[in-house]
Amino acid sequence: MDLYVYPEFEVVRNEKKCICCQACSRQCANLVHSYDEATDCMEADDSKCVNCHRCVTLCPTKALKIVKSDHTFRPNANWSQATINELYLQANSGGVLLSSMGNPQPHPSYFDRLLLNASQVTNPSIDPLREPMETKVFLGRKTPVPPLEANNTTAVPEPYNPDGTLKTEMSPQIELSMPLMFSAMSYGSISYNAHASLARAATQLGICYNTGEGGLHKDFYQYGPNTIVQVASGRFGIHADYLDAGAAVEIKMGQGAKPGIGGHLPGKKNVGQVAQTRMTPEGSDAISPAPHHDIYSIEDLRQLVYSLKEATGNRKPIIVKIAAVHNVAAIASGIARSGADIIAIDGFRGGTGAAPTRIRDNVGIPIELALACVDARLRDEGIRDDVSLVVGGSIRSSADWIKAIALGADACYIATGALMALGCHLCRSCHTALCNWGIATQRPDLVKRLNPEIGTQHLVNLVHAWQHELKEVMGGMGINSVEALRGNRLMLRAVGMTKEEMNMLGVKMAGESA
Amino acid sequence: MLDNTNTKVQLEGKVRIPSGCAISGIFAQDGELFSGRDIITSIAVMHDRSNGLGGGFAGYGIYPKHKDKYAIHMFYDSEDDRGKAERRINKYFSYVLSEQIPTQKHPNIKDAPLIYRYFAEPLTEQLEKAQIDEREYVARFALRVNADEDELKGAHVISCGKNMGIFKANGFPEDVGEFYKLDEYKGYCWTAHGRYPTNTPGWWGGAHPFGLLDYSVVHNGEISSYDANRRYLEMFGYTCSLQTDTEAITYIVDYLNRKQGLELEDVAKVMAAPFWSTIERMDEKEKAAYTFLRRRYGNLLVTGPFSIMLGFTGGLMVLGDRLKLRSMVCGHQQNKFYAASEECAIRAICPEIQGIHSPRSGEAVIVRLEENK
Ligand code: SF4
Ligand code: SF4
Ligand code: SF4
Repeated sequence: MDLYVYPEFEVVRNEKKCICCQACSRQCANLVHSYDEATDCMEADDSKCVNCHRCVTLCPTKALKIVKSDHTFRPNANWSQATINELYLQANSGGVLLSSMGNPQPHPSYFDRLLLNASQVTNPSIDPLREPMETKVFLGRKTPVPPLEANNTTAVPEPYNPDGTLKTEMSPQIELSMPLMFSAMSYGSISYNAHASLARAATQLGICYNTGEGGLHKDFYQYGPNTIVQVASGRFGIHADYLDAGAAVEIKMGQGAKPGIGGHLPGKKNVGQVAQTRMTPEGSDAISPAPHHDIYSIEDLRQLVYSLKEATGNRKPIIVKIAAVHNVAAIASGIARSGADIIAIDGFRGGTGAAPTRIRDNVGIPIELALACVDARLRDEGIRDDVSLVVGGSIRSSADWIKAIALGADACYIATGALMALGCHLCRSCHTALCNWGIATQRPDLVKRLNPEIGTQHLVNLVHAWQHELKEVMGGMGINSVEALRGNRLMLRAVGMTKEEMNMLGVKMAGESA
Repeated sequence: MLDNTNTKVQLEGKVRIPSGCAISGIFAQDGELFSGRDIITSIAVMHDRSNGLGGGFAGYGIYPKHKDKYAIHMFYDSEDDRGKAERRINKYFSYVLSEQIPTQKHPNIKDAPLIYRYFAEPLTEQLEKAQIDEREYVARFALRVNADEDELKGAHVISCGKNMGIFKANGFPEDVGEFYKLDEYKGYCWTAHGRYPTNTPGWWGGAHPFGLLDYSVVHNGEISSYDANRRYLEMFGYTCSLQTDTEAITYIVDYLNRKQGLELEDVAKVMAAPFWSTIERMDEKEKAAYTFLRRRYGNLLVTGPFSIMLGFTGGLMVLGDRLKLRSMVCGHQQNKFYAASEECAIRAICPEIQGIHSPRSGEAVIVRLEENK
């Protein structure tokens, strides 16, 4: 007999309000609710509930709520309830625990302990409603393109043509209306409608979304100028047109939620057009190898970077995405020297469609620290101009975003936040392929629940709201262009940090003068 | 002497001190050499814009006898510091003359350091060894001495250009001018600065103008992009040891003009770049140039209020921020160009001046000696 695990949540139905319409049972793909004809009553199987709030939201009489069970083990500060339950589950199954979305553990957040500055008296704040407030950015190399064989020459090229006009040629860059993009989420891990929403919203907003490693559905080639196409170790769905379709190509070396391992699309999700787009057999698990098997070292990465440049006619910047791990600064420095135009770093709180729980919760480092040390390292080596830095891994609000820019990011990636705008309720069950919100699923009846028009609108609203907040904060600092906020660490102060933490972040203590 | 009784107050360089200011400049386009008297009179009118915690001047064309030598102006805290620094200077330069800069006692000027100047040229052998051009050699020397927190802590390079010099002190600018007897010098260009720091131990080295090679900058404002600019400049070997905007602005100019080879007109377009919406409306050629400059050098965009005057060999540039948050007016009369924070500062020395105007936000006004045009 299996070891019994008591349900984490209880479905509470207010019988007085319930009209037995059965909407809840139709909405719950986890089959929690059922109607008992004999008693003319609704019933619920708590053990199946993942707490996604779908039924709660759609119940016409608001008769439902989900509560955390107060069932308890003998209290034990060392053995938490979750730890005990997970141990039982493993004793039952003999398997690795799987989970999804970002790390839910109570690790300290550095963003929450950083505070922003504003002008008073000695310089004026700027009113974003009355004065221009610029958020446009370009991502990519700022220095001239090094030919493959060049060994970093330091000679400064003559800036003018013989006729006295400026030489204006630059390496390929991405132009964004604001330093924000939707991070990689593959078609397969999320639905067609979710991808449609992201692609359309990115286009309306003048930013980019990222295909993730599942290829690009033919319907979405039209959003190419606002698309970043990803090349991951599984090489799913990659062909010449795909590489050429986007504004940039991203090589995925790692992901914050699961550093050191590859992507995993359960066979349940690898169906129909998903499988077609990936160019994989339908119903098979699409598992990317942990490393790229043509990249065992930094020289190999350089070859892939330059192959992709060549394949795209040197017209697209190449992004290399890595997970924030212990040696991230040295790794980033190597990547900057490998010809990459943009480095994306994903922090240990980043989301995922499926990851081993232990890896998600214990591997990697916070993005704030990774960003601070990479930015500092690239500056120390004088190569910060050779690459742009994009960071993600739990940018939860415009405040996190603004702080990341002040720490030195050229732009941020958001993904979990974007899914929440599409309706995600953070139930962390994406790996079950039964997302009741039509996002992390491929079941047509569930996918239908996400209306791409409404999804697009919510994404546009969210990002506009953040942009307004960015402008307000910049205005308060007396900054009217986001370039002047980037890496402007004097605009940050720390509360509740140790000296080492402040040193690592390169910020001063709150109350300390500049 | 750097003799601060209140040891709890941090010196400029250890802490960033916001300040407001007055600036003024006069430039003779035909190269006429005129005495420093006028610039003292001009800056004195704006007495209320300073608070006695820093004043200074830069003069160009003032050392015709030694015009081919680098005129290195130094402050020393003590004789001991002078000894150490001169050993360093001797290691890298030969000089035809070293002397104390002449000053006269002034009741309002106190705590003077030792003030010296050297007319020097790099030692050929050292220069060859360094494999860099002469100006880079001199600039590195100055940057290293000023960033030295150790052996040369008590020595500061105040200016190091050819046929120019910076004279500054803790006090009201008009008193500083008298102290240095600037009416006895003659130059084709003078700039002046009166400071209104919000909090300062009143340190001589913290006064302005700030200089590197023949660039000198006087500045009024407080830039909000400071740390973004500073951290970018550090990549190229600049240490903002005084933590002032003026220093950062000087390095921006040095980096873009001297190291990257951009014309000053384009340097101004980087520092006070027009808004994207303005660039959008330009014709294709202009749009390409402005877009390139913002994309390539966006890290050196300067935001927040500033108006600056940049002196350089044979010219003067006046530039205000992109929103025009600090006042600056300028005008011509006969052979001279005048610019100042307030019109009264110009009228005080040139009452008959016509057509005084304010440059537009972000507009660079650059005047050069006629012979150089
Ligand atoms: S899984 Fe979601 S829809 Fe189903 S009962 Fe729980 S909260 Fe409701
Ligand atoms: S949706 Fe609400 S009202 Fe309808 S059966 Fe379920 S709990 Fe009752
Ligand atoms: S995407 Fe869907 S399954 Fe995944 S956490 Fe959000 S609501 Fe749950």
